[in-house]
Amino acid sequence: MSEPFVRLENVRFAYGERAILRDISLSIPRGKVVAIMGGSGCGKTTLLRLIGGQERAVGGRVVVDGQDVAGLGREALYALRRRMGMLFQFGALFTDMTVFDNVAFPLREHTDLPPELIEDLVLLKLHAVGLRGAARLMPGELSGGMARRVALARTIALDPALLMYDEPFTGLDPISLGVIGQLIRRLNDALGASSVIVTHDIQESLQIVDYIYFISEGRVVAEGAPDEIRHTKDPFVHQFVHAEADGPVPFHYPAGDYAQALTGGRA
Amino acid sequence: MSRTTLDLWVGVFVAIGIAALLFLALKVGSISGSGIQSPYTLSAHFDNIGGLKVRAPVKSAGVLVGRVEEIRYNNERFQAEVVFTVDGRYKFPVDTFANILTSGLLGEQYIGLDPGGEEKNLAPGEVIKKTQSAVVLEKLISQFMFDKAADSEPAPAKK
Amino acid sequence: MGGVVRRLGAMVVNGVWQLGFAARFFWLILVYSGQSFTRLHLTIRELYFSGVLSLLIILVSGLFVGLVLGLQGYEILQRYGSTDAMGTMVALSLLRELGPVVAGLLFASRAGSAVTAEIGLMKVTEQLKAMDMMAVSPIARVVAPRFWGGVISMPLLAALFSAMGIFGGWLIGVVFIGVDDGAFWSQMQAAVDFRYDVMNGVLKSFVFGVAVALIAVFEGYDCVPTAEGVSRAITRTVVSSALAILALDFVMTSFMFRGL
Ligand SMILES: Nc1ncnc2c1ncn2[C@@H]1O[C@H](COP(=O)(O)OP(=O)(O)OP(=O)(O)O)[C@@H](O)[C@H]1O
Ligand SMILES: [Mg+2]
Repeated sequence: MSEPFVRLENVRFAYGERAILRDISLSIPRGKVVAIMGGSGCGKTTLLRLIGGQERAVGGRVVVDGQDVAGLGREALYALRRRMGMLFQFGALFTDMTVFDNVAFPLREHTDLPPELIEDLVLLKLHAVGLRGAARLMPGELSGGMARRVALARTIALDPALLMYDEPFTGLDPISLGVIGQLIRRLNDALGASSVIVTHDIQESLQIVDYIYFISEGRVVAEGAPDEIRHTKDPFVHQFVHAEADGPVPFHYPAGDYAQALTGGRA
Repeated sequence: MSRTTLDLWVGVFVAIGIAALLFLALKVGSISGSGIQSPYTLSAHFDNIGGLKVRAPVKSAGVLVGRVEEIRYNNERFQAEVVFTVDGRYKFPVDTFANILTSGLLGEQYIGLDPGGEEKNLAPGEVIKKTQSAVVLEKLISQFMFDKAADSEPAPAKK
Repeated sequence: MGGVVRRLGAMVVNGVWQLGFAARFFWLILVYSGQSFTRLHLTIRELYFSGVLSLLIILVSGLFVGLVLGLQGYEILQRYGSTDAMGTMVALSLLRELGPVVAGLLFASRAGSAVTAEIGLMKVTEQLKAMDMMAVSPIARVVAPRFWGGVISMPLLAALFSAMGIFGGWLIGVVFIGVDDGAFWSQMQAAVDFRYDVMNGVLKSFVFGVAVALIAVFEGYDCVPTAEGVSRAITRTVVSSALAILALDFVMTSFMFRGL
């Protein structure tokens, strides 16, 4: 049980020439909820893709439940993914199906449950995200926040062992946000699963997670339990927690010198 | 999975699609008419096949009995060798005449079989001995002109 | 100068690369087809979208092509006094060429483009990735049913087009101009060979169906996941399908109808 569910060892990754992740080592212990934070575009979504095996690391190892993801064939990878649930950043609902069919999709694909049981399960999941009444709507008829909640219901449909949430809190009002945060926590504990949350909402995550990693420029720059994070002196974390504009967290996408760009390289 | 109107439409589509195929096969393409049953091959040599083509009809008494399969040049006899299939239901005597005929004045050319009087029938693969070549229009015309010339020349001498 | 050569080289390399990917993609579709056939309702749904929804345009175009063939055919044939051969002319041109080719072109622009757009948009909105992440192969679940929907629809649509065209020719010839009904059909039946004309036409339309369906699903799957990328992919589907149909038609015609 001591072996964490997900372990990244010195992972490097690049899209073509551009290095995104330079040297990431982190672990997601079984039964815990871990948050990953970092500036926009620092590679958090990419990190989840690596764990899910949709991208392959250039260097280092991604180990999920004792298996090196890069070394898995299709069958084994699919077997592993059946035990993962990923909430996509933009929901990725199937636009040609109703909300009900969206949530039922993984159940129908991977189980032989009778239709009545599937219906019960789907309504249960939809109820958990507060959208049981929206079961017959099409995704196009949902608001942004509702769509995210449906996507969340679909993610948890199969009760996976590893849950990955890519920004589950964006587009939610404060009340839903609190409810969804609690849902993520309770679900994790009830299923005995492990969860990763990619989020910018530091206050909410401080309340529900067990551990937090901060990523910047392709490296883990700070980490710790919520209590340590709250009281840390680390300038990086301090800036993040208090949402200060100036500090070590880069806001700009890497670029040449601004003054030089403005003067057109003259001067 | 319950049945839906979508299934119904797809059913209708497939049904009329197959109906169209059947229409093309039966009404347009007469699958029954041209269906040559248990065919056997015969061949014949011709001095000149004119415009005969592969798949041209083989007829006897005006009825379609087979089709031309292959046309090649026989370099030993300096003749055209025509191989054709004949419906297994029809038998022809060994002294059958094979002619290359034209349907209408300018129509397609076909092989016409004129049965002889022998008792013995042609066996599959056998060669028809008696043949008559295609009538080549140019030859016919030049012959006609010659005859005319021959007719008209001695005429004044007679007088 | 060097730039042009380099660009040309890059284009060739890219083309070969894409060809290889398309071949592998085709192979994957075939591999996953078993899975999608066991759940027939997926393919039936696609049959509806590519087949049933193309019916109207196919039937109407077929009728008009037949009417035109009837008029032109009569005009030409009456010079030789052989208007009885009208049925033959209409039927042969439709069965051998116009049916498969025109139906194929219409099918590419009506159904092929829709398939590309749908798959492309699913890619843009990450639906394909989400599916893959749920351990459901998008090729088995999304691509293969659309491919087979196209492959099955195409010969049926081409047959309907030809049948409708022959009906149009009959309307002009027999009903309006007064060619003898019996002569129309009997000449047609005497000249049209089932195996040689009808089956070759069906074979052509089947091959066109495979080509168009493959191009449509491939372009959708391979598109750049942006609005512009999808619109380009749709254009490419229509253009490449048209070129593929005409080129394949030439090749197949030269094999099939060499004897005459
Ligand atoms: N398919 C891709 N091809 C090339 N570069 C990409 C691709 N996807 C992402 N990137 C780049 O990789 C970097 C990391 O992207 P990623 O989506 O992981 O960021 P993120 O941390 O999730 O950001 P955000 O918080 O805004 O969602 C970005 O700079 C982006 O430009
Ligand atoms: Mg992201």
